[in-house]
Amino acid sequence: MAATTLKPVDVVLVGVGLTGTIMAKELAEAGLTVVGLERGRFRDTYPDFALPNAHDELKYVRRHELMQDLSRETITFRNAMGETALPMRELGSFLPGEGVGGAAVHWGGLTWRFLPWDFETRSRTIARYGQDQLAADCTSQDWGITYAELEPSFDRFEYLYGISGKAGNIKGTIQPGGNPFEGPRAREYPNPPLKTTFAGSLFRKAAASMGYQPFPVPTGALSRGYTNPYGATINACVYCGYCQFFACEMGAKASPQTAVLPVLLHNKNFTLRTLTNVVKVNLDSARRRALSVTYVDSRGREFEQPAELVVLTSYVLNNVRLMLLSGIGRPYDPVRNRGVVGRNYAYQTPSAVTLFFEDKVFNQFMGAGGLGIAIDEFNGDNFDHSGLGFIGGGFFSAASTGARPIGVRPVPAGTPRWGSAWKKAVAHYFNRSFPITVQGACQSYRTNYLDVDPTYRDAYGLPLLRMTFDRHDNEHKMSVYLTNKAAEIAKAIGPSKMNVNPRTGKYTIVPYQSTHNTGGAIMGADPATSAVNKYSQSWDVPNVFVIGASAFPQNGGYNPTGTVGALTYFAVEAIRTRYLKRPGQLLT
Amino acid sequence: MDQPSGRRRFLKSVIAMGAVGLPAPGQADEAHAQHAPPGVPAASAQTSAAPPRAYMFLTPPEVAFVEAAAARLIPADELGPGAKEAGVAYFIDQQLFGAYGTMAKKYRQGPWPEGTPQQGYQSPLTPQEVYRAAIRESNLYCRRQYGKTFDELAPEQQDQVLRGLDEGKIALESVPSRFFFDLLLANTQEGFFADPVYGGNRNKIGWKLVGFPGVPAVYTDHIEKYNVPYLVEPVSIADVQQNLTQGDEHGHPQHVRLSRDR
Ligand SMILES: Cc1cc2nc3c(=O)[nH]c(=O)nc-3n(C[C@H](O)[C@H](O)[C@H](O)COP(=O)(O)OP(=O)(O)OC[C@H]3O[C@@H](n4cnc5c(N)ncnc54)[C@H](O)[C@@H]3O)c2cc1C
Repeated sequence: MAATTLKPVDVVLVGVGLTGTIMAKELAEAGLTVVGLERGRFRDTYPDFALPNAHDELKYVRRHELMQDLSRETITFRNAMGETALPMRELGSFLPGEGVGGAAVHWGGLTWRFLPWDFETRSRTIARYGQDQLAADCTSQDWGITYAELEPSFDRFEYLYGISGKAGNIKGTIQPGGNPFEGPRAREYPNPPLKTTFAGSLFRKAAASMGYQPFPVPTGALSRGYTNPYGATINACVYCGYCQFFACEMGAKASPQTAVLPVLLHNKNFTLRTLTNVVKVNLDSARRRALSVTYVDSRGREFEQPAELVVLTSYVLNNVRLMLLSGIGRPYDPVRNRGVVGRNYAYQTPSAVTLFFEDKVFNQFMGAGGLGIAIDEFNGDNFDHSGLGFIGGGFFSAASTGARPIGVRPVPAGTPRWGSAWKKAVAHYFNRSFPITVQGACQSYRTNYLDVDPTYRDAYGLPLLRMTFDRHDNEHKMSVYLTNKAAEIAKAIGPSKMNVNPRTGKYTIVPYQSTHNTGGAIMGADPATSAVNKYSQSWDVPNVFVIGASAFPQNGGYNPTGTVGALTYFAVEAIRTRYLKRPGQLLT
Repeated sequence: MDQPSGRRRFLKSVIAMGAVGLPAPGQADEAHAQHAPPGVPAASAQTSAAPPRAYMFLTPPEVAFVEAAAARLIPADELGPGAKEAGVAYFIDQQLFGAYGTMAKKYRQGPWPEGTPQQGYQSPLTPQEVYRAAIRESNLYCRRQYGKTFDELAPEQQDQVLRGLDEGKIALESVPSRFFFDLLLANTQEGFFADPVYGGNRNKIGWKLVGFPGVPAVYTDHIEKYNVPYLVEPVSIADVQQNLTQGDEHGHPQHVRLSRDR
């Protein structure tokens, strides 16, 4: 079918989610004409997220109402290169978004800054422990950007999303009650922390008694009403317990809908086109310049949208897929360890300890996105890894993020899966248990990568993205070590029973783990080993910017979005102040 | 509802419910009661506002199988009613008849090699087709082994068969038996704990068992009350839509406290 060519614009954005809305707002405000193409539908707090229907566990958690429609597009997956990748036929391990706002409609809100160490993983590991601390096939590397460079961008994102938290380090001065391990920040969080639940209070006490320094998890579930620098107002959270996997009925969760779109949609420079699926970025014959993107609309018509600047804000997986399908940068070849697009795909290593009590009730059906008390002693390189046989770590937290009985009804290990004994355990422990969750990092390896599937296709006839991934020894050892440390705290709290579940064995695509996919279009200082520079600009096609966690060279021990938001502001600042004056490669 | 008397009753009770609320998709009215599928209780005349419930996908022998299995997976016991009483068979029927049963939001293109356990659902069959084939094959097994269909077996024998499916010891033709069992167990638990609007969790049996309040209220004042039970009458989506609860401007119901401890 012949595509209809549209009137050229300054900027075309692929995907209108968390990163896309910030990009659109900043570039439209700079006076550029911006078109945002979003494959899903329009959604807003009212009426789409209204009660009572918005808080329906079956519809949202089990039937994935807000998430990607796999009948049109999915990925294929295998653990190792020798296997045949098969399609992810139903959602499980991770839950990409679809529709305006992207996954940030149903995200959990935990908003962290990666540690200064995270940005220099390789060089700092070698400096402290020597080369041997890294596995031979480990391809983790430095980001080509430091925490200090990114600090102002972290700050902007936190003030945009109104994050509720307690600073631990303001300009080098440690703050009581905050996270003493965080990198220095310019100022306090825009909003104070949320209230502390019973579970959180027990964890705080036990952790402190063991010499750790507990602090409230910073989150985008807001502790009070807040108007951000764009002039958008986010409401106060009411602890209803339906946050992650759900949209917020109150407009109290920071998201594109609450923090950016109310202002962006009034900007005349911005045009939103929903139900438009981008299938390709069209390049000039030398593959040095992007000319336009091709998309298919809801009536099956094909359009070509010419633009001076193409910004991929389509989440990790589609950012990489569109680069591969369009020929932006050289695809990664794991055998020769050459090429860049698809390289260093990583995925976190979460685990948990569940505590069961006979005489305490926790009302864990109440809660908020990210609500919890955490410690950071075992994250990054905050502890001595000598002789441990692994690098990296993760934060621990006693989390009260909402327990609903289809998905969250823990029973002690050894309980039968069904029958009266199961029923009895569920009835007793539903309200007498809580988890300590461990967020584990994940290093990158030669054998973990993204490329194009040779067999399976999407609804548009295009090859699916193929994921080859497994966690390595480093991750399993880390998970065992961290989970045992978390179990020591659990023990000090004094449950009658506990389940200690480190993450070991093969990675599986089935149960939900996290939507913290990273890599595939990583940033770095060297075009031979990275797809984008520190401004998220393609080394090969400089008028293409690739925004998101696709730029992370490896995965950290925190949820990604705080760092994703910072990279977004860092990129857009460079576009506004430098690129627009002199389009071309920002780093030469 | 094609009989004049039925329509009159319907209209009358819609009016009685007020202009705002929608009629409750509730129970079968008298006229349909004698044809109602097993597990769908006949309702009294006062509650006949609702359109009748009817099985849409499962055949009578399949309903009998699912009810019998559900009654073993989550039994009625000293803690109260189980999955059968909660209407789980009807819930599963409705799920199979809709988007879930046909994999509307899932990837369905072939080829379909078996794959590894890590690769998840790889059957070319939809959940509808899995239930249809696996129930028939499980009943064939029961006939061979015990001379009866599953629903006719004694509870201990039913448990034996379910364990055989769970542990993969009974071989089914169309799908691995564990695959079918996992689906049946997951759907049974969903039907026991999902909002009653889907046809299961009747009388909020599942929610009452664990003390789950359903549609949430504003918890700002309770969240810091440590170790204090929150005992309320659970609220369904239908309760809120039909204005059976008091609510705030965001639609949070005001929960009604219960005094009973659990
Ligand atoms: C259940 C869940 C919980 C989470 N909790 C947390 C948390 O607590 N803390 C945290 O840090 N992070 C969390 N995340 C991750 C967070 O949601 C993401 O990091 C964030 O949304 C990424 O922003 P993005 O712009 O890259 O992608 P998105 O916000 O997902 O936006 C991408 C958009 O691009 C669109 N798109 C994709 N392909 C195309 C195409 N070809 N054409 C047109 N449009 C396209 C998509 O439909 C989507 O709307 C969570 C995610 C999930 C799913």
